Amino acid sequence: MAEQMTVKPATTDAAVLGYRRSPAHHLTEIMAEAGGEQVRLREVPFLTQITIRATSPEAVAAVGNALGVTMPSAVGEVAQGEFGDLGSDSSGSSGSSVSVVWLSPDEWLAVLGDEAETGVAITAVVESLNVALGQRRGQVVDVSSNRTTLELSGPKARAVLDKTIELDLHPREFPVGRAVSTQMESVAVILWRSADDTWLLMPRASFAEHVVGWLADGMREFS
Amino acid sequence: MMVIPCPFCGPRNETEYSYGGQAHVAYPENPDALTDEEWAQFLFYRDNPRGSYAERWQHSAGCRKWFNAVRNTHTYEITHVYRLDQARPDGLPKAPLATKEVGA
Amino acid sequence: MTQHQNHQGGRLERGGRLDRDQSIGFTIDGTALTGYVGDTLASALVANGRLRVGDSIYLRRPRGVLSAGVEEPNGFVRVNGDHNESMLPATTLELRDGLDVTLLDGIGVLDDRPDRNEYDKMHVHADVAVIGSGPAGLAAAKEAASGGARVVLFEQDFELGGSLLSDPTITVAGQGALDYIARVRAELEAAPEVTVLTRTCVFGSYDNNFLVALEKRDEVASAKGGVSRQRLWHVTAGQVVLAVGAFERPIVFSDNDVPGVMLASAVKTYVERWAALPGRDVVLFTTNDSAYETARCLTKAGATVTVVDARPEVKAAVSAQEGARRAGLTVHTASAVVGIEGSEGVTGAFVAPIDDAGQLAGDAQLLACDLVAVSGGWTPNVSLHSQRQGQLAWDDALSGFVPSAGVKNQFVVGAGNGTYDTDDCLIEGARAGRGAAAAAGFPASSSADDGDAVAESAEVWHARQHRAAGTVRPLWAVPAPDGSLDTHFVDPHRDNTAADVLRATGAGMRSVEHVKRYTSISTGIDQGKIGGVNTIGLLTQLLSGNDAKAIPAGQPGQDAAEEVELTASGQPARRPTPGTIGTTTFRAPFTPVAFTALAGRGRGTLFDAARTSPAHSWHVEHGARFEDVGQWKRPWFYPQEGEDMDAAVARECRAAREGVAFMDATTLGKIEIRGADAPEFLNRIYTNPFLKLPVGKGRYGVMCTVSGMVFDDGVTLRLADDRFFMTTTTGGAAKVLDWLEEWSQTEWPELDVTLTSVTEQWSTVAVVGPRSRDVIAKLAPELDVSKEGFGFMEFRETTLASGIDARVCRITFSGELAYEINVPRWYGLKVWEDVAAAGEEFGITPYGTETMHVLRAEKAFPIVGQETDGTITPHDLGMDWVVSKTKEFIGKRSFSRAAFTEPGRKQLVSVLPLDHTLRLPEGAQLIEPDALGDYTGEGLPSAPIAMVGFVTSSYHSQALGRSFALALVKDGPTRVGQTLLASFGGQFTEVEVREPVLYDKEGARRDG
Repeated sequence: MAEQMTVKPATTDAAVLGYRRSPAHHLTEIMAEAGGEQVRLREVPFLTQITIRATSPEAVAAVGNALGVTMPSAVGEVAQGEFGDLGSDSSGSSGSSVSVVWLSPDEWLAVLGDEAETGVAITAVVESLNVALGQRRGQVVDVSSNRTTLELSGPKARAVLDKTIELDLHPREFPVGRAVSTQMESVAVILWRSADDTWLLMPRASFAEHVVGWLADGMREFS
Repeated sequence: MMVIPCPFCGPRNETEYSYGGQAHVAYPENPDALTDEEWAQFLFYRDNPRGSYAERWQHSAGCRKWFNAVRNTHTYEITHVYRLDQARPDGLPKAPLATKEVGA
Repeated sequence: MTQHQNHQGGRLERGGRLDRDQSIGFTIDGTALTGYVGDTLASALVANGRLRVGDSIYLRRPRGVLSAGVEEPNGFVRVNGDHNESMLPATTLELRDGLDVTLLDGIGVLDDRPDRNEYDKMHVHADVAVIGSGPAGLAAAKEAASGGARVVLFEQDFELGGSLLSDPTITVAGQGALDYIARVRAELEAAPEVTVLTRTCVFGSYDNNFLVALEKRDEVASAKGGVSRQRLWHVTAGQVVLAVGAFERPIVFSDNDVPGVMLASAVKTYVERWAALPGRDVVLFTTNDSAYETARCLTKAGATVTVVDARPEVKAAVSAQEGARRAGLTVHTASAVVGIEGSEGVTGAFVAPIDDAGQLAGDAQLLACDLVAVSGGWTPNVSLHSQRQGQLAWDDALSGFVPSAGVKNQFVVGAGNGTYDTDDCLIEGARAGRGAAAAAGFPASSSADDGDAVAESAEVWHARQHRAAGTVRPLWAVPAPDGSLDTHFVDPHRDNTAADVLRATGAGMRSVEHVKRYTSISTGIDQGKIGGVNTIGLLTQLLSGNDAKAIPAGQPGQDAAEEVELTASGQPARRPTPGTIGTTTFRAPFTPVAFTALAGRGRGTLFDAARTSPAHSWHVEHGARFEDVGQWKRPWFYPQEGEDMDAAVARECRAAREGVAFMDATTLGKIEIRGADAPEFLNRIYTNPFLKLPVGKGRYGVMCTVSGMVFDDGVTLRLADDRFFMTTTTGGAAKVLDWLEEWSQTEWPELDVTLTSVTEQWSTVAVVGPRSRDVIAKLAPELDVSKEGFGFMEFRETTLASGIDARVCRITFSGELAYEINVPRWYGLKVWEDVAAAGEEFGITPYGTETMHVLRAEKAFPIVGQETDGTITPHDLGMDWVVSKTKEFIGKRSFSRAAFTEPGRKQLVSVLPLDHTLRLPEGAQLIEPDALGDYTGEGLPSAPIAMVGFVTSSYHSQALGRSFALALVKDGPTRVGQTLLASFGGQFTEVEVREPVLYDKEGARRDG
């Protein structure tokens, strides 16, 4: 067996985390100006996001166990749990709520809070999941930088989304708690209804500006 | 707008999918055993019926999974969708080109 | 201040759906007039005694308003404003205060000033979409909504009601028509899941009940910024109820286009809905019963009416004719209007008796009149039904094409289904509304007030439908006393006459589709709503005696021809029916839609995503010019004060070859691959071997399509035994992932391999040049950067001086010593800035894609998509070394096909213009030096000149001090040393063929 590349220990150095720039960082003002009583838009930066791939029931159960959730098994489902203290953090009090979004029969996205706030390092989550997956078929990949999260909220949030999203967003079809992959103006996004009037959109980082542009444009009518 | 029922994600607009051509045309087991003409048949020739046609689709904007669908090429109605590990529905015309049945 | 003339001489004192307290002024061709809120432009014109509109498009004949709806072929105006809008039918243009219009002569001109109005798009999902709000549509919507289904009701008019607005005095479901409309409207608006969209025309119907509609929102738009003027609705409906009504047909007779000839139903609409009287002495020419309602309302309004009924006193027509006589009307039966007196306006109608064959049976008499109302029968509006390939059949009794088989999950009701009686429309609409709601899973709650909706058998319903419609005598062309046909207008907008149709059949046209293209009938703005069926009817007469089987069928064209009489030879002549001939194909849009409305907000910066890297702001601040690579904005070059592109690129090239330079390589595609079978998988994907790539090293690979053509290339790193990190070209990222997924899922599911795109997880900086080692040493102090300690095509995980973890690779795309630093994208800007700072003492220079291209071309590194075009193999690129002869991989079998081994394939070489300053255009053709003969480049050569190749890339090389190019040339390697001619823009210049690599052939610079 060839030598395995070593996994770096968790990065929790606040100075290093301070160098981060989120994909919609430069759009903060545009988003603030577009908002009003009817609808608001903001970026939720630096969420920890891990792609989990697993096929066998044992592997699925194992990664779910590592995250403290039962992995969701159907389109739209999101599992919620608490990712506890792993002992990898010297403060000893690290922990984050975790949401696991179903993306495909063998793919999930685990979403945790910003490591700067939760103390749960990305590398620690990755390592824990890799240990759980073991040699079984599948994959654990840090994709925290890959997408960003935009939060659209307010009574007219759905009307703004209806200008660009083709899916049926009526509560009968898209209840609170549902999340799916779809497209917004040909940009791939995860669309997640986190509350009655609150929607999360997760585009890939380089598309953040385009997605913010469409949303802010659609919001003007209600500003 | 065709609405294609992904076996994993349910019905979505055709704009979320990419097309993969005729289904059940497997890569030849031993390409070197084929004549140039047979290889060209595999590369370039597909059926073009009016009516039911088994074809491959990928839900590229969703779960990214490939699956098979039977579509009426005249009415664009999709009568069956099935996973790659499921057998082709009974009673449908078989592709004469198929050299082996994938997942059948 | 404009003085608006408040004459409205044609306005009746009472009645109409008008707000008479709100008189509004408008201007037409500079004349100020008034109308009321509730008017259309056309109704206001009629009320002002102006039937005359612009001239016709080609023949410049005076024209008048013909209709009261979307089918209008004459009354087109330009609305003047900041952005003029042309070709709007006056009949559908809502009158508003200050409206300033110019009458058009059948054609408009696009305003070349930008349209600064906003247009947007909205998606809506409905359980039941009801299109049309006449009696059938209202009944359908009411029933469909009663069980809680999501219902969207579309009405193209600004008022609900459809034909009921023209029949305000009738009783509907036990109450007055207008009260019924108001009650249903209130009920619908109170239902939480119902949306009522007026001013919204469904113009397209597509697979799976996907409808596209255009909403006109001028009123809301003017109230607030950011609100669109028109909105495109994308509708996904479970069930669709088409309640779209019918169009009345004109009658084709001599001078039937003179202003004052108007559809009988339009006359009734102007009188009843808008209290506007188009004429006081009226000749009403009809082939059916429906026009007698017009006679009734005209009489009530004080006009005198003479009826000319084409029908003899046959039984079914008796009641209508008798009723008219009792009402004191003169009725000429078995008669026709055969000509018009007047040109700027009707002053009289020539009326003559006709026989059973429709031929003149006596002399014409002149009846003085100022209006001729015509009704040639009714044509169900089947456009949306037909757009979905819904079947039609010709119904002789109804004298129209009616839907014969439903489209899946659609209902056709009311006049659109040939059901013309209002009570029957209510029953049919209610029934469809209930059916649709049940099919959508929201069964209607019971309802009793829409009449007896007891299910009747199809036969019983059919009989009832026909009884109610009365008898129609089709009259496709009324002969003129002088036998002429050249003012018998069939399609007024296109200025096409019966004579044009005759010319078409005379030229051998038989199919209705051919006649359409030969004449241009139905290609105008009304798309055959006025002239379509009359043309088909005319063809049944003109093609009589032909073998109907020889007539290519339109849609549906399934009916058999009738045998009508014996020819001289004793053979039965065959007369095609309209069903034999069929209709032309109905296509979207049903009514015109502006491109700007279709574009919506997707223009300017919102047209397409502009993808940017995390260092984008730095590039902007440092003056980069950008190049589009796919959707990415990549720095192209960074001109300094006073530099043009050539100077900037030369300086950037010098820095990379002689000092150190850096480039943003974030856009490269990146894929993480894991699995026990990942090496085997890559070994099958790439043409070169990957099984034995050691952990910690990378390898360049080429992937081909099954047909053996180069598909993509890039370097793949082995992170661990079972983990790889693949890079792809910038443009190929998505297609490569799709390609890998396809093979993994569909052909090799047994291989343990999993793929995840990480293109945007990582940000990449390329540091290039002899001094790059010094820069990396400063940035990554923990790293042994010595030649021995960090070899070519190796990578290291390290922590940078900033504390950021990075993966550093030794990869080159320039031939120089070079590194690529990969960090999570969040840190991309910081690391880019750190590279700039660390390199400052070495004179580090940012460079863009142009310099990258020059550097790689000097080394003959191909770019997929530039040196390849889907017909180029690795061998053609001179890369035999990258193709394994032993293992199996995608495309391998193709390399032994005859076409791949025969001479004559285009292969990669470099070409050097003898003129060192000349930069050949990319795409320039290469020909043999003696191929020109006596051709000088003037005009066209006498015979085609064979091309032996073409230029794929062309630059000025800073390192070589001259221009150079890469080219694909037939049997290129065998031509090294030869001279060819490059042909471009009418010039010919000599070039020398050379081996591809022109710089550092030995690769000595790679290790610094």
